[in-house]
Amino acid sequence: MRQITMAEAINEALREEMRKDPNMFILGEEIGLRGGAFTCTKGLMEEFPGRVLDTPISESAIAGAAYGAALTGTKAVAEFMFSDFSFIAMDQIINSAAKSRYMFGGQATIPVVFRMSSGSGRQQAAQHSQSLEVLYAHIPGLKVIMPSTPYDAKGLLKAAINDYNPVVFLEPRVLYFKKGEVPEQEYTIPIGKGDIKRSGEDVTVVATGVMVERSLAVAEKLGREGISVEVIDPRTIRPLDTELIVASVKKTGRLIVVHEAPRTYGMAGEIIALVMEQAFDYLNAPPQRVAGHDVPIPYNRNLERLAIPLEEDIEAAVRKSLKYAF
Amino acid sequence: MDVTTSLSKEQLTKMYYDMWIIRNFEENLLDLYQKNLAYGGMHVSVGEEAIAVGACANLKREDTIVTSHRGHGHCIAKGADLKGMMAELLARKDGLCKGKGGSQHIVDMSVGVLGAQGIVGAGCGIAVGSALSFKIRGQKNVCVNFFGDGAANTGSFHESLNMAALYSLPVVFICENNGYAVSTSFARSTKIDKISVRAGSYGMPGVTIDGNNIFEVYKTVGEAVERARQGDGPTLIEAVTYRWYGHYVGDPCTYRPPGELERWKEKDPILFLEKYLLANKLCRQEEIDGLKAAAGKAIAEALDYALASPEPEPADLFTDVYFEK
Ligand SMILES: Cc1ncc(C[n+]2csc(CCOP(=O)(O)OP(=O)(O)O)c2C)c(N)n1
Repeated sequence: MRQITMAEAINEALREEMRKDPNMFILGEEIGLRGGAFTCTKGLMEEFPGRVLDTPISESAIAGAAYGAALTGTKAVAEFMFSDFSFIAMDQIINSAAKSRYMFGGQATIPVVFRMSSGSGRQQAAQHSQSLEVLYAHIPGLKVIMPSTPYDAKGLLKAAINDYNPVVFLEPRVLYFKKGEVPEQEYTIPIGKGDIKRSGEDVTVVATGVMVERSLAVAEKLGREGISVEVIDPRTIRPLDTELIVASVKKTGRLIVVHEAPRTYGMAGEIIALVMEQAFDYLNAPPQRVAGHDVPIPYNRNLERLAIPLEEDIEAAVRKSLKYAF
Repeated sequence: MDVTTSLSKEQLTKMYYDMWIIRNFEENLLDLYQKNLAYGGMHVSVGEEAIAVGACANLKREDTIVTSHRGHGHCIAKGADLKGMMAELLARKDGLCKGKGGSQHIVDMSVGVLGAQGIVGAGCGIAVGSALSFKIRGQKNVCVNFFGDGAANTGSFHESLNMAALYSLPVVFICENNGYAVSTSFARSTKIDKISVRAGSYGMPGVTIDGNNIFEVYKTVGEAVERARQGDGPTLIEAVTYRWYGHYVGDPCTYRPPGELERWKEKDPILFLEKYLLANKLCRQEEIDGLKAAAGKAIAEALDYALASPEPEPADLFTDVYFEK
C-alpha cells in the first residue's frame, strides 16, 4: 500500500470532503496561501477559492465563526496552529459549540471540527507544547479525537466532519511528517472505536498519540523476551471505547495507561476508574499510570525529553505489573 | 524643538551602541541555531532595533515593559542581563529562566522586563495590569507594551486598549508594524491601512511613525511616556518597520516580493544613526568603529559565559512549579 504522511492524510480528508460538499469551508491562520504551518492545507485554497480563509490572528473569532456557520448548516473546520492558542477560543468551543444542542432543546446540529496541533517535542516551551485533550474531553457535548497514524487521522477526520457534533481534533505535532500506509480508496473510521495496534496476552497497554509508537516499540522489545503486550489506541478520547479496553483487560488481567499529558486528573485516571468499575475481579496487578509529569513543558531539550514518558518508563511499568503478586 | 538637538552625544552614542548590541546578539543567535546550540521557536528583530532602543531610552529602571515572541531587542534595550539572556537562549542553567523558558519567555524582573509572551496579543492585557498596579500604588511609572501588527487583530488588543483608556492608565502601546504576521501581509489581515486609527475609537491618541528613524521613535514615545506619567492615560504608537530575516529562524520567506528586503535594507536604522553622527561631526569614524567593536566584544563575552554554563539537571524539571514558603 502507498505510504503518506499524517499531514498529507489530513490534507486528503479535507480535500475529499470539500469536493463532496460545495459549502464546506475551512479557516485559520496561515492555512491558505501558505498551505498551513504544517502543510496540512496545502493546495486547498487554489482548488476551493472562497472556501479557504486565511484569517487574522483572531482565535476567538475563528472559533465563533466556525461555530456560527455550522449552526446555520454550513460545515466548517477551524485550524489552530498550536492547541495552546485554542485557549483563546475556548469560550466559543465550550460555552457555545459544546452546549448549544442541549441548551437549545435539540434544535441545533453543529457540524464543526476544531483541528489543532498538539504536544511537545520541538523545544517550543510552555506555551507551545501542551497536551489539552482531557481539558476538552471533560466537556459534555464535545467529541475529542487524537490519531496516532496517518491512516487513523484521515479516516477519523472524515468521520468528524460528517458527525454533526462539535469535534476537537488533536494532531500530535511530531507525527505530522511520519509516513504510514493509507489506501487510495475512500474510507472513514467510526468515532468512538479504538484500535488494537498489537495484540498480546500478558498485559494491556492503552496509549494515545506519540505514546502509541513508544508503547509499540516496548511491546516489540519485550516480545523478544516472550512477554506479550497488547497495545490499544483508543483514538477517540471521548466517547471512549470502553468495551475494547475492558475486554482486553479481562483477557490480560493487567493494565497500563500511557499518555503525554500530565498525570494528575488525566486520561489514565479515567480509564483506570472505568476498568475498576467494570473488570475489577479480572485484575492481577494494580493498574498503572505512565504519564507526563505535572510540570509545564520546559525549553531545554533534555528536560523536555524527561517531561513526558520515555520507552524505559513504559517498559518498567510493564515489568512491574508482571512481577506483581497478590 | 528638534529632538536631535536635545540629545547629548553620550545619549546618541549609547543608542547607537545598544542597537549594535541587539543586532550582534541576534545575528549570533542565527549562527548558534545553525549549530543546534539554540533551538525551538526563535524570532529575531534585525532591522527593527530603533524601536526598542528609541522607546526604552525614555524609560526608568522602575518602568516596565511587556514584549512578544520577537522580544530580544526590547529586553536588551530595557537593560536585561545580556549574559543571562544568552545563556537562556542556549537553554543553560544560568539563563534568566534557568533554561526553561527560552527565547519566547525571556524575562528579567530586576530591570522591569515582565516577560516575553509566546501567545500573540497576551502582552496587551498584562501591560494594562502593570499600569493599573502603578496607578493603585501611586507610583509615577509607565509600562510600555511592544507587539506586532498581527497582534492588533486579537481580542486582547481591543479589550486592553479600551480598558487602558477607560481607567486612564499609564501604558504606551507600541505596535511594530513590520508588514507581516508570519507569512500573512498586513494588507491580507487588516482592512485599514493604519493601525493607529484604532486608537480614536477607544479614546486615546494614536500616531503612525517611521520606526526606522530613532529620533522619531524617541520623541514620540517620550511624549507618550510623559503623558502617561502625568496621569493623562495611554497612547497607541504604530511604528512602521521591517524584519530583515524570516518570521522564525529557518523561515524561507517565499512570501516576500522581490526587492522588498533590499529596499528596506537601505533604510537600515543603525546606518541611519551612524550617518547622522558622522554628518554632524558628533563622532569620527574611529569612534564609530570603536563602538561597533565594543558591542561585538560584549556579545562575545556573553556567549563565552553562556557556553560555560552547564545544562540544567534532571531535578530542575520539577522546581518552580509553585512558590513555596
Ligand atoms: C494567539 C496566537 N495565535 C497564533 C500564534 C502563532 N504566531 C506566532 S507569531 C505570529 C505572528 C505575529 O505577527 P505580529 O503580531 O505581526 O508580530 P511579528 O511576528 O511580525 O513581530 C503568529 C500567528 C501565537 N503565537 N499566538
